Amino acid sequence: MIEHADIDGELIPILDQVADPEIPVLTVLDMGVIRYAKITGVGEAIVKITPTYSGCPAMDVIADDITDAFTKAGFKVSIELLLAPAWSTDWITERGRSAMEAYGIAPPLEAEADIAALLGNQKIIKCTLCGSTNTKLVSQFGSTACKALFKCEDCQEPFDYFKCLK
Amino acid sequence: MNNNLYKYILGIADNSLILGQRLGELCGHGPSLETDIACTNISLDLFGQVRSYYQYASKVQGEGKSEDDIAMLRPEREYVNVLLVEQPNTDFAYIMTRQFLFDMYHYLFLQKLQFSNDETLTAIAKKSIKEVSYHLRFSSDWIKRLGDGTEESHNRTQNAINDLCAYTDELFHQTDADKVMITEGVGVETLALKENYYNKVSEVLKEATLAIPESKYFQKGGKLGMHTEHMGYLLTELQYMQRAYPNMTW
Repeated sequence: MIEHADIDGELIPILDQVADPEIPVLTVLDMGVIRYAKITGVGEAIVKITPTYSGCPAMDVIADDITDAFTKAGFKVSIELLLAPAWSTDWITERGRSAMEAYGIAPPLEAEADIAALLGNQKIIKCTLCGSTNTKLVSQFGSTACKALFKCEDCQEPFDYFKCLK
Repeated sequence: MNNNLYKYILGIADNSLILGQRLGELCGHGPSLETDIACTNISLDLFGQVRSYYQYASKVQGEGKSEDDIAMLRPEREYVNVLLVEQPNTDFAYIMTRQFLFDMYHYLFLQKLQFSNDETLTAIAKKSIKEVSYHLRFSSDWIKRLGDGTEESHNRTQNAINDLCAYTDELFHQTDADKVMITEGVGVETLALKENYYNKVSEVLKEATLAIPESKYFQKGGKLGMHTEHMGYLLTELQYMQRAYPNMTW
């Protein structure tokens, strides 16, 4: 389920309770922000997290929420912030992508398609409400730095698109 | 401490801090909701990058100062950002031109910083360049829309370019600390970026039906701590809380 990361199987159920504060239908595992999680001794663990965007204000909240979840599970946890390798939208899990779409945020496309969509050259972003690709870019920056704002020209639904970051 | 490295980190970070502050001033004042949100999002990216740089600078300095101390508690003469980024928000054409002229440099600079000998700088560069490529796309797009827009938007953007081009040469100036860091393979040889920078800027301006000014008269000083009159006002707002309530946290 989790590629590109080194996580003790035993810790997965704990991490899976921690929701992303901006997109609460996703867990921190779905977002791919957990890079490393290991039990280091009896009741002790280390978790390394990586920010999605440098200025993402969710990181502090995520660190606090992880501490809470581990404390409840009887662990004393130390959390480190990792900058390298830089987070990529490829690390969002399949489960995460589906949950995101059902929540009303179009999941990221591949890099080239992403550029075509964000420059308004191609209508390829699918409306999260009606599924039409007759959608229009409203703004390259949406409600958060990681999203762009689109509008469906068929059903008129405004929605966020999670930008590709590689 | 490695004083040259400390200065070198501030030289990168202060640009982003001051430009981030300028963009943050637009919160609630952008010409439309979308551009307002975009400018503040870019500001947030820059502040995020600045935090990584200042955290590293504080470690290199080894005096137990926090990233906030470095950002908030220096006097004006100790900020070493280029003059370009401290120029005030006037009209939107001016704001986007300042952004575009900086983004182009920032992108080319980070491209090279990814290959620094310094692991931390490499990591920050690899992370930041992904964000900065969005900034550059946004500001380039606006330059084209404004330049190739109405007569009014064209003239305002051309005026902004005529004014702000005088601050571009400073982007490539090297301080003594820069030179040492370049020799050690930590810093980016900015002189090697210069030709590419002006070519790429000209490409976008051409598409935008704008002209690059002929004048070769350039302003400098920011990198040595000598700023334009706008800087003091900017810092007054930036540092207000720490000056009014020293050591406050939230």
